[in-house]
Amino acid sequence: MPRVGVYVCHCGKNIAGVLDVKRIVREVAKEEDVVVCKDYPFMCSSEGQRLIAEDIRRHNLDRIVVAACSPRTHEPIFQEALKRAGLSPFFLEMANIRDQCSWVHEHEKELATDKAIRLVKAAVAKARLLEEIRVEKISVKQSVLVIGGGVAGITAALDVAKAGFKVYLVEKNSSIGGHMAQLDKTFPTLDCSICILGPLMVEVATHPNITLLTYSEVIEVEGYVGNFKVKILKKARKVDETKCTGCLLCMEKCPTRVPSEFDRGLGERKSIYVPFPQAVPRVPVIDTEHCLYFTKGVCRLCEKICPVKAINYEQEDEIIEIEVGAIIVATGYEEYDPRKVPEYGYGMFTEVITGLQLERLASSFGPTRGKILVPGKNKEPQRVAILACTGSRDEKNLPYCCRVGCMNALKHAWYIKHSIPGATIYVIAPDVRSFGKGYEEFYRRIRSEGVILIKGRASEVHRSPEGCLGVYVYDPSLDEVLVLKVDLVVLEMGLVPNPASEKIRDVLKLSKSTDGFFLEVHPKLRPVETSIEGVFICGCAQSPKDIPDTVAQASSAAMKAVELLAKGYVESVPYVVSVDEETCSGCGICVSVCEFNAIEIVEKNDRRVAKVNTALCKGCGSCAAACPSGAIEQAHFTREQVLAMIKALAR
Amino acid sequence: MKPKILVLTCTYCSYAGADMAGVSKIQYPPSAYIVRLICSGREEALFALEALREGFDGVLFTGCHIPYDCHFISGNFKARARVALLKKLLSQLGIEDSRVRLEWISASEGDKFAKVVFEFTRELEEMGSLPKFRKISELGVEEHD
Repeated sequence: MPRVGVYVCHCGKNIAGVLDVKRIVREVAKEEDVVVCKDYPFMCSSEGQRLIAEDIRRHNLDRIVVAACSPRTHEPIFQEALKRAGLSPFFLEMANIRDQCSWVHEHEKELATDKAIRLVKAAVAKARLLEEIRVEKISVKQSVLVIGGGVAGITAALDVAKAGFKVYLVEKNSSIGGHMAQLDKTFPTLDCSICILGPLMVEVATHPNITLLTYSEVIEVEGYVGNFKVKILKKARKVDETKCTGCLLCMEKCPTRVPSEFDRGLGERKSIYVPFPQAVPRVPVIDTEHCLYFTKGVCRLCEKICPVKAINYEQEDEIIEIEVGAIIVATGYEEYDPRKVPEYGYGMFTEVITGLQLERLASSFGPTRGKILVPGKNKEPQRVAILACTGSRDEKNLPYCCRVGCMNALKHAWYIKHSIPGATIYVIAPDVRSFGKGYEEFYRRIRSEGVILIKGRASEVHRSPEGCLGVYVYDPSLDEVLVLKVDLVVLEMGLVPNPASEKIRDVLKLSKSTDGFFLEVHPKLRPVETSIEGVFICGCAQSPKDIPDTVAQASSAAMKAVELLAKGYVESVPYVVSVDEETCSGCGICVSVCEFNAIEIVEKNDRRVAKVNTALCKGCGSCAAACPSGAIEQAHFTREQVLAMIKALAR
Repeated sequence: MKPKILVLTCTYCSYAGADMAGVSKIQYPPSAYIVRLICSGREEALFALEALREGFDGVLFTGCHIPYDCHFISGNFKARARVALLKKLLSQLGIEDSRVRLEWISASEGDKFAKVVFEFTRELEEMGSLPKFRKISELGVEEHD
């Protein structure tokens, strides 16, 4: 007979403040096979874990039920406690009486206690039927895939590479650098952005442990933690990377002009181009949608001019297959579409630009060589309105804070003050959130430099009769609607997940938060881990954040990947299925529902029976639910166990 | 007494969604009981039938959002097909097919989890409790092999 020990956690007041723990213990102690039933203030404390281990030895317990919080966070902790006491970790069953009982029924203490008693009894019912599970150690591939080549991906790739592991860094654009490469300066130190990012980009390109795949996209991921098989589409650059020396003569001679994506539409580029001078790799790519040869069959100037014959119009897309142990997703953000906030006239007035567009205007390698000129007017603005929080913290648009808009607004005020000292600058912000290291000091500095801060939100931007723009804003301190006459309006747009991240989400099956960013396992304790083991997230892919936070999180994700690789092995899926050959009729329905080709029908003693390849089985249990003869059982979730739970809950 | 609901969840989305309701302290009736499975593909019709027989008033099948959120590729589609067939079977047995319900709840949708439990509870309240099942022998009808 099984000998069950039951431990009911108070979790301080989290559980005991709502549930009558003593009543739970009294009721559950009456259950069949329960040898020990105790309560303790904090089961997950070292003392709580020691209590379990001691009882296992003293009372010869072989099944443990912990009634506490969620197994999603604490099952591994208690499994370890069982292991230390010499008991198989799979003889543990948890009853979630906190997250799914005391926390959600705070005002119905009696009924909640009744529910908790049933939940614990159901866990006991299942525990009595638990079986031994054997897991195997599977080796971990000693390489990491990093998706996204912004500052997050660059940092993560370098950290993993420096720890001695192989890295594949995949970037969809033709150069790494991401949005940080577009910035002129970074707040609050006013560091030159490309000056601090550029060297890292070069280090990525030259590091012996990093394989850089630009102009490439991850299109398929198979496998599981430690052993992912990844297919990468390397799009045809039409330029041979092995031959190109980066002289960029081709770019100089190309006769076409196309709006530059890197300059956010404010400048132009050629059809054969590197997006910016510091691009890594310094190998151009041909934009076949605009190239004269690809659109009209003429020109071929770049081919003629190239001194090393690197131009190859016949080059085709390539599929690269790699195997990695871990994946780091650093797909970053995009500015919220300013057209979705139509009251500010973006797209209608050329003088209304976004924060990133101002960055390009301020940049020495931008379309105006660093001179801040009003687009469409080509003259320096004398009066500028900077609208922080555009689209952010707004129920109609993005309910969340972008965490960079306030500081960007202050930085942008500084850009203009610095290059046009006489300019009048209004920063309109509902409130200025200068929360980081050195941020509040920067805010004071900007205020002291004569920038006018108005608390509030602009309601509208329109063309004023004088020809300039009028920004309507309600100032609560004056209780008056102000109309600011300005030459330039800068919209500090909210941040949204990079549109390309949706594809990656589908490929990796990642969950997203309600705001659309990737969901972490735990916002505080496991911020870079995802529900897919071995897949980590960092930077703005996880949530909007500034560069310091992004870099810190990228290093954290790298650490998690290194932790996995350095350990060298993962344990096989414990909850695999098995077939009872006696009852199996060989119908093959299980084969048809298995997505992982883990089941086949084989001949055995002149009968057709299903056979499971446990190395391929992922343990979803779909076949067990589909089997018409009930011949398939999933370990830890057998029909008998689940039905016993349902019966106990119904009592 | 509120109607008793059995909630079958997968581990990755809906169970995590229920945890999220807890972490966010979003309240719902204590008459909902969660049983965790690995994937909604494991949510078996038999579990629902047994639950109804044992005294639950309704069964809520939950899983990751369709089409692509399921961590096991298509467990959610299997649950959907199964629930559709189960509803048919229930009507044939003279049981309201709305006693089983299927909902997609992601790991971040704690509010949706609570909302669904509330809605389903109200619906079941309107339906009234399920008559107790009796064994054939109790009916005095002769049993045949």
